[in-house]
Amino acid sequence: MTPHILTRSLDRAATTFILIVAGLGVLIPLSNLLMPQGSMFQVPTYLVALWGKYVCYAILALSIDLIWGYCGILSLGHGAFFALGGYAMGMYLMRQIGSRGVYGNPILPDFMVFLNYPKLPWYWHGFDMFWFAALMVLLVPGLLAFCFGWLAFRSRVTGVYLSIITQAMTYALLLAFFRNDFGFGGNNGLTDFKDILGFNVQADGTRAALFLLSCAALIIAFVICRAIVTSKLGKVLIAVRDAESRTRFLGYRVESYKLFVFTLSACMAGVAGALYVPQVGIINPSEFAPGNSIEAVIWVAVGGRGTLVGAALGAVVVNYAKTFFTSGPLAPYWLFMLGALFILVTLLLPKGIVGTFNAWWEPWKTRRTTGLAADEESAAREDGIGAPNPAE
Amino acid sequence: MNVMDTRATSAMLYLDGVHVSFDGFHAINNLSLALEPGEMRAIIGPNGAGKTTMMDIITGKTKPDEGTVLFDGTVDLTRLDETRIAELGIGRKFQKPTVFESQTVQDNLLLALNVDHSVRGTLFWRGSRDESERIDKVLETIRLTDARNRLAGSLSHGQKQWLEIGMLLAQDPKVLLVDEPVAGMTDVETHLTAELLKEINKNHTIMVVEHDMTFVRELGVKVTCLHEGTVLAEGSIDQVSSNERVVEVYLGR
Ligand SMILES: Nc1ncnc2c1ncn2[C@@H]1O[C@H](COP(=O)(O)OP(=O)(O)OP(=O)(O)O)[C@@H](O)[C@H]1O
Ligand SMILES: [Mg+2]
Repeated sequence: MTPHILTRSLDRAATTFILIVAGLGVLIPLSNLLMPQGSMFQVPTYLVALWGKYVCYAILALSIDLIWGYCGILSLGHGAFFALGGYAMGMYLMRQIGSRGVYGNPILPDFMVFLNYPKLPWYWHGFDMFWFAALMVLLVPGLLAFCFGWLAFRSRVTGVYLSIITQAMTYALLLAFFRNDFGFGGNNGLTDFKDILGFNVQADGTRAALFLLSCAALIIAFVICRAIVTSKLGKVLIAVRDAESRTRFLGYRVESYKLFVFTLSACMAGVAGALYVPQVGIINPSEFAPGNSIEAVIWVAVGGRGTLVGAALGAVVVNYAKTFFTSGPLAPYWLFMLGALFILVTLLLPKGIVGTFNAWWEPWKTRRTTGLAADEESAAREDGIGAPNPAE
Repeated sequence: MNVMDTRATSAMLYLDGVHVSFDGFHAINNLSLALEPGEMRAIIGPNGAGKTTMMDIITGKTKPDEGTVLFDGTVDLTRLDETRIAELGIGRKFQKPTVFESQTVQDNLLLALNVDHSVRGTLFWRGSRDESERIDKVLETIRLTDARNRLAGSLSHGQKQWLEIGMLLAQDPKVLLVDEPVAGMTDVETHLTAELLKEINKNHTIMVVEHDMTFVRELGVKVTCLHEGTVLAEGSIDQVSSNERVVEVYLGR
């Protein structure tokens, strides 16, 4: 990626976001590890793991915002890519257990011994190596998205029809992964992990490192998304979102554009899932539940579709609320509250938190910097770069 | 691509015996029409005559049930999709102005420029002086220089029409299909649009659909009147407007 793409993509808001995530990514683990236990400055380990989970959700939300907010592809099956990335990581973690399992089999994970597998299924080979698992984290969701997208976009399946088939996709995977003979632990999924790259997954140090890595992944995903949406490709994506057929008549191969962002977005979701699994300690078929994918779309809507930062923020805010409410007496009503939240946001804040803030902030900022703007604008024109799009 | 060995016709755009029906309704009936290179042709005809549908056929949006549609005498357009046809050099302005409303005027033009339209090309795109000069020139031609940083959605109806014509200019196709360019324009704007089209016609082939007879008269080009999906009359504006059938189905109403 050439430098001009980076400089263009990192405006003040984007830089602020990156600095905040980086700051939290360093400070939270440090405070957890260095401050004395029980001190008011020490972040307890359970909170590190919990926040780590939110960061993974934020990456998932970013991946959804890239395709939905900028290209108009409403995927209601992104949880599937997240779960596939999670399973790839889970398979690596299972194989690390080795002979420390209940049945002490050095090759077969416990559930396979229990289910009388004679030998390791072919698709479990290679997962004892971290690099291979890491590759699969990207490749499996990416490949599925590529094949799915190739069929769907070429046949011009759009709008609600596309959303429905993405739901069907995640539901089909849910059913498949529930089966014991599918080879991924059925109902129970993969769990009882021992270590990752030789470090105990339960140890404070490992949790802190995973948190830091998740924040780093969030930053990388964010920079990639920003680079895309601020490039000319980003303008084409918005054109496709707003007037798909018009874009075709200008000579753009719309299906290639959709396929590119959809596949990239699925890989991002896969990475989010892979970082999620060691932090929560389990992956099971419920991650494929259609409701999960819908919830993730709600995070993006709440935070602000087509703003990237909003998607990440929405994921954290909604999940924080979820943790808060589901651990209290209101727990049975959480789904109703989520539904109500979605309706309220759609009615009152159609642009989401960040979108509404931008709409309120932009005119004020422009007025304050009109003098400056004229200079910047002429500079931008010399570069051949258009003025930033307020809609972004 | 489906290229024929020998040029079947000298025409830039050649339609012969084209039929299209929508659920049994014959929108286009045995339509034949030829546009010579460098020609400007005005198409008139009552609502529902099939003018827009004809453009849909040429640009690949609608596939004809029967008939020949040739571009440049060699390329069979009925087998190509919209993207490919646009790449070949056929540009289109829609009846209902369709611009990218949430993007700025200059970004609309940037998107229309006939440069590398591949995913890679746009991802690693960086503007060149040549590109920005072309955009500046188009902005000047369509009189939207001052509005370059405004969102296209905030333009007036007439300005949107002009922006769409500007997008055609940026696209610089060999053939321009212009559907009702002056709808919603004031008399002055209409006059300016006629001037603009005549200017563009100096090095482009144009097909323009319009109901505004003053405008058509001002263009001063050969006119084809469509009715029920077929050619009713063809000739100069005076010949066509004195044709009894044309008066009966269209002008006389
Ligand atoms: N996709 C479609 N499905 C069904 N009917 C269609 C379709 N497209 C066009 N038609 C019908 O074909 C006929 C021709 O329509 P068309 O839009 O080409 O007319 P037109 O000459 O452009 O009229 P106008 O002057 O009102 O723009 C109309 O009766 C229209 O309803
Ligand atoms: Mg029409």
